[in-house]
Amino acid sequence: MFEKALAVFTFQAGYNTSIVMAGVVALGIGGGVIGVFPFLRKRTLISNAISHATLPGIGLAFLMGITLGGTGRNLMLLMAGAALTGALGVLAVQWIKNHTRLAEDTAIGTVLSVFFGFGIVLLSHIQTLKGGSPAGLNSFLLGSAAALTAAEAQLIAFSAAGVITISIIFFKEFAVVAFDEDFAAAQGWHTTRIDLIMMALLLAIVTIGLKTAGLILVVALVIIPPAAAWFWTMRYNRMIVLAGTIGGLSGWIGGTVSALVPKVPTGAVIVLVAAAIFTFSLLFAPARGVIAWGIRHIFLKFRIAETCGLIAIANGFMPPDTLARKIMRWRGYLDINGKLTQSGATAAEDRQRQQHLWFAYQERYPDADRSLNPLTNGKIESVLPPDILAELENKTT
Amino acid sequence: MTNFLTIDFPAILVAILTATTCGLLGNFLVLRRQALIGDAISHVALPGIVIGFLITGTVATLPLMLGAMGAAVISVGLIETIRRVGGLESGAAIGVVFTAMFAAGIVLLEQTDASNAHIDAEHALYGNLESTLWLGLSSWTDLLTKDAYASMPRELGTIIGVTLAISFLIVTFFKELKITTFDPGLATSLGLPVRTISNVLIILVAVAAVAAFDAVGSILVIAMFICPAATARMLTDNLARQLWLSVAVGTVASIGGYILAAFGPQAFGSQKALSAAGMIAVIAGLLQLFTMIAAPRYGILTRFIRYGRNKKHF
Repeated sequence: MFEKALAVFTFQAGYNTSIVMAGVVALGIGGGVIGVFPFLRKRTLISNAISHATLPGIGLAFLMGITLGGTGRNLMLLMAGAALTGALGVLAVQWIKNHTRLAEDTAIGTVLSVFFGFGIVLLSHIQTLKGGSPAGLNSFLLGSAAALTAAEAQLIAFSAAGVITISIIFFKEFAVVAFDEDFAAAQGWHTTRIDLIMMALLLAIVTIGLKTAGLILVVALVIIPPAAAWFWTMRYNRMIVLAGTIGGLSGWIGGTVSALVPKVPTGAVIVLVAAAIFTFSLLFAPARGVIAWGIRHIFLKFRIAETCGLIAIANGFMPPDTLARKIMRWRGYLDINGKLTQSGATAAEDRQRQQHLWFAYQERYPDADRSLNPLTNGKIESVLPPDILAELENKTT
Repeated sequence: MTNFLTIDFPAILVAILTATTCGLLGNFLVLRRQALIGDAISHVALPGIVIGFLITGTVATLPLMLGAMGAAVISVGLIETIRRVGGLESGAAIGVVFTAMFAAGIVLLEQTDASNAHIDAEHALYGNLESTLWLGLSSWTDLLTKDAYASMPRELGTIIGVTLAISFLIVTFFKELKITTFDPGLATSLGLPVRTISNVLIILVAVAAVAAFDAVGSILVIAMFICPAATARMLTDNLARQLWLSVAVGTVASIGGYILAAFGPQAFGSQKALSAAGMIAVIAGLLQLFTMIAAPRYGILTRFIRYGRNKKHF
């Protein structure tokens, strides 16, 4: 069992399995990378509207294929149809959002349900046609990665590479629009156009992922990896690399699991792996994870108590706060009986001086960055340049 | 005539009642910018039903509905937790939760024998409005007799009960809902339990979605939450009027969509019917499109004409 798992995991388990693995890993990386931009733009769920809006396109392409005399199951034709109505869906969301009084969430809900409804009508029509069993089309709903052919895997890999390249080219544009749309517009960027490029890339990834993950779950590939990556870093470029890695890893592990266990749909397993990584990140990631945040919160509380205690002592009071006393005893500022020690006196004096300097600084430079303060930065000497410091010293003495 | 009464009449009735319940609640979702919570809830019904089936081993309505309810409440709880504790934006939280739960539902479905028990993902998405049959009905006068109600389809019974309950709650707590929707700050300062009202509203959305989706499928449920309310919102600024309008729009879409799906193909000489749920969603969308363009005050076309007239005037 383990050997087989290792074989699949390292692309050694036969031609077909390797193809599927390569396809899902490429899809995971591409989805993760492109998903970062709509995530930061707070427009993640537009991908949901796109994926649902592809269904009528698939139906129409199938009907067209039949009219032209084929079976209608030409993947290129179906994907072209999907991309076409998916694009219409995005434009419809933009149009409703920009030109009517309805909000974006309402626009997304409208587009996804109405387009999908039309898709269902088309599928029910196809079902009544002679020989038009929609069996091949139903696989677009829930996906069937196991049926991936070499040509399709290649198509996915090339498209994913293309999408990643284009997103790297527009790296700066996307960042500006995502972080401050008004600033971007004021600087003369064409925000609408940049948004449309972003949506086009999203559409591309959703379309190529349709057959593998299915149209309901393909959105998870662009939503979950960026959301997981967000917990690990505060930096935009690192987040892109991380999201791509998490997406690829989900594809890799998910592909392996579904190759080993019979009767598991690949798309769903990939999504579950991504969701597990997300949960782990939510809890344990050092930058924004819940536990790290809790620990930082406790330390901040300690530091506040200590500062308040020292300043109280410098002004001739005993700190009433038991937490402050505990910390000061642990630091050696108070002895066992609660008497002030020599080091405590020095620390209190130093703290008092710092406090005066900080106040003087805030008075002298009222527009200065408010994040510069005694609680987050500690010693003022480590933050401010010596000339300002000298000026402040003069002022306080 | 008998055909119409046994096949089409109950289906249209279910569609209208679904439109009414979902449409009424949808107004508040649209105004509170929570439209996509309705989307998430109707997607997680699938894992809920599968788990309901796995625990009880039956496909009876009650356990499946309880399962779906449970899944809906859990998903909303998870979304709120991820939003509050993790600090993630609500769209991303919704996306993570509903895709993960839907994926779990599919894996469970495939791994257990639930897929043999007539539970499948396609059914959950499309619903099966056409199979709502009222066999005891052979003429309109039968509706006045007691016997006819013995054979009333259970979907119809469920949705009638839910519609009555939800309409009653909305009428009773109309003032509270209105204040908390438009000005939560004022509502808090007046001492209204804003958080509780918001939670109850979401639970009602879950109840409506679960009651409706067995008959009409989750996609039509989403369409009915959003389209009639959005259409009504284009037409008026008065909340009470908006509620009435949304019900009217939903009813028109239900009747129009059903008739078009059931009898439209016959006009072209085909005997087969199209998907009624899909067609109703399409009609609701077309009505919304029409009001977005031509609504008397907020329509794009009317605004454009007014703009031109003002320009000339100046």
